[in-house]
Amino acid sequence: MRTEELTLNLGPSHPSTHGVCRLVVRLDGEVVTHVEPVIGHLHRGIEKMAENRTYLQVVPLTDRLDYVGSMYANWAYCRAVERLAGIRVPERAEYLRVIVCELQRIASHMMGIGSSAADTGATSAFLYAFAQRDLVIDLFEALCGARLTYNYVRPGGVAFDLPEGWVEQCRSFVAQHPSAMLEIDELFFGNVIARARLKGIGVLDADTAVAWGVSGPSARGSGVDWDLRRDDPYSVYPRFDFDVVVGSNGDAYDRARVRLWECIESCRIIEQALDQLEPGPVMAEGLPRLLAPRPGDAYDHIESARGSLGVYLVSDGSVRPYRMKVRSPAFCNLAVLPLIATGHTLSDLLVILGSLDPVFGEVDR
Amino acid sequence: MSALLLGIAWGIAAVLAIAGGAVIGVWWERKVAGHIQLRYGPLQIGPAGSLQMLADVPKLLFKEDIVPSAADKPLFKWAPLMVFAPVAASLAVIPFAAGWAPLDTSVGVLFFLAVPSLEVVAILVAAWSQRNTLAAIGGLRAASQMIAYEVPRALSVLPLVLLAGSLRPTAVLGAWQWWWMPLLSIGFIVYLIASIAEMNRGPFDLPEAESELVAGYFADYSGMRWAIFMMAEYGAMIAASLFAAATFLGGGWPFGGALGTAAIVLKAALLITVIMWVRWTFPRVRQDQLLRFCWTVLVPAALVQLVVVGVVLPWM
Repeated sequence: MRTEELTLNLGPSHPSTHGVCRLVVRLDGEVVTHVEPVIGHLHRGIEKMAENRTYLQVVPLTDRLDYVGSMYANWAYCRAVERLAGIRVPERAEYLRVIVCELQRIASHMMGIGSSAADTGATSAFLYAFAQRDLVIDLFEALCGARLTYNYVRPGGVAFDLPEGWVEQCRSFVAQHPSAMLEIDELFFGNVIARARLKGIGVLDADTAVAWGVSGPSARGSGVDWDLRRDDPYSVYPRFDFDVVVGSNGDAYDRARVRLWECIESCRIIEQALDQLEPGPVMAEGLPRLLAPRPGDAYDHIESARGSLGVYLVSDGSVRPYRMKVRSPAFCNLAVLPLIATGHTLSDLLVILGSLDPVFGEVDR
Repeated sequence: MSALLLGIAWGIAAVLAIAGGAVIGVWWERKVAGHIQLRYGPLQIGPAGSLQMLADVPKLLFKEDIVPSAADKPLFKWAPLMVFAPVAASLAVIPFAAGWAPLDTSVGVLFFLAVPSLEVVAILVAAWSQRNTLAAIGGLRAASQMIAYEVPRALSVLPLVLLAGSLRPTAVLGAWQWWWMPLLSIGFIVYLIASIAEMNRGPFDLPEAESELVAGYFADYSGMRWAIFMMAEYGAMIAASLFAAATFLGGGWPFGGALGTAAIVLKAALLITVIMWVRWTFPRVRQDQLLRFCWTVLVPAALVQLVVVGVVLPWM
């Protein structure tokens, strides 16, 4: 019998493409023989827009890169600016940055785990994860008034000091979070169907992950023991005791589960940071209204929820960046999708996409 | 002529029963799902949101009825009714009281198993008529799934027929003894699982997997035509639960008369709640896992049940 491959266009508007990704898929029955992610539907030209704004005005733009992890983009950009302009950040501001970014990691991973659950049809596990995410968002709202685009980390420090009662609220969140994670572990990752759906699906071996520049939980799920917080320490991370969670099989199950355990490690970091937090200024003294760094360039990277997020800035001595370039972990992670999804079924394709946890604001920029 | 009129009257009654059941069922499902998912479900309209569907049904009625320009229009328009009709028909043979069923026929059990399987044809018609790739994949998934799960479903009902010595549902109910329940427990579980797959509900809802196929075989339907698909799904759930309550679980036992009918409905409602509980707890299986589970677990289990009953029966 003569058979023909079926070309299926998934997206750009589709419930499981995690934003606006278009996948052109060729199917042999249910089996994916070819998949091509078509990106750019969310391209807003953020890097170009940055060239026409002052250094401070770029911070809200970075919110729109990875919109489920705005704090990271803020921080990565601010580190690059601070390196470029030689600004020293007060210690309290560094602690606050670590606290909000670890909270952001939890919020972002809840989205990642939740979408892994929703992709396999486990809507209840998805909502259990989102209940936790909402608690973090409440903390952020109390801190800076915004629930999605925070614009909180600024060159030289952070925008606001902690409001009254925030530390207690944060401590009570951190105290209950690990048990909520164990509940999701039991409800979803312990479920026989979830295991059958996620284990052995989309296997990415460690060498390929490194060769393709995959980073973050997506690489650690494959056993790549690499975390910038430990391996290229920045800010006050060397003062904390935490473990880097590493998977072994490199399948969708390990990638999702690494995220789950990372949340528990983040809780450990937040607890230590809250213990060590001392009063003090949260913004560097004597910064000019308009930063005009000396001509030169700077690159700095941090470990975001998706991997190694870097910002490269070039200054020509004016008050606006001459060039901004974002090294987006979501973009690099998405690149391996055709490699690891080919040969799996259509159902698995979307599970694999979800397990890479891309955010298209950051992929397309 | 009078038989025709009676048939029409029963048809209207079945449609109303399914519509009413679906209205209550949707509200109940939203409450069950809400409480499983740390939410409340509907709260605003009526006590505990129980009149929510009074708002939802007119919304569906007033929605624009979109027919895709590429669709095969007559088939597209008739497919929802073709899906719904067999489900409504299957209600007719269920014994709602001792010795009484709307259609008390000597092949009732066969009728109940065979007529809903016509739904496969209707689903394929719906899927192909849309000229939509996602719908076509959903339709093909539905066809393979429903045909495969016919087998364990029929096998799981056979022990009842063997024990009662009749294919007439009222006779099955009449012969029912309480010790059938422990004896037929494997068959009952197989029946329940196969029925969930047959009605395309989670964890076997691949034909309409929203995270993959958006809505599967009814992706392009809107408004009331879409609602008829949903009603057919609820109708299938109601019919399967009522049948299980009226045969496996002994109908009105331990009550008789009107109380017995109430007991059947209550037992069916309990089964429906269990089906909803399963749907909101489990992730979705994959097509190959689904079929492997059918042929390597459910069919052998149903056969074991059949052998057990076949050995017990002569010994009795």
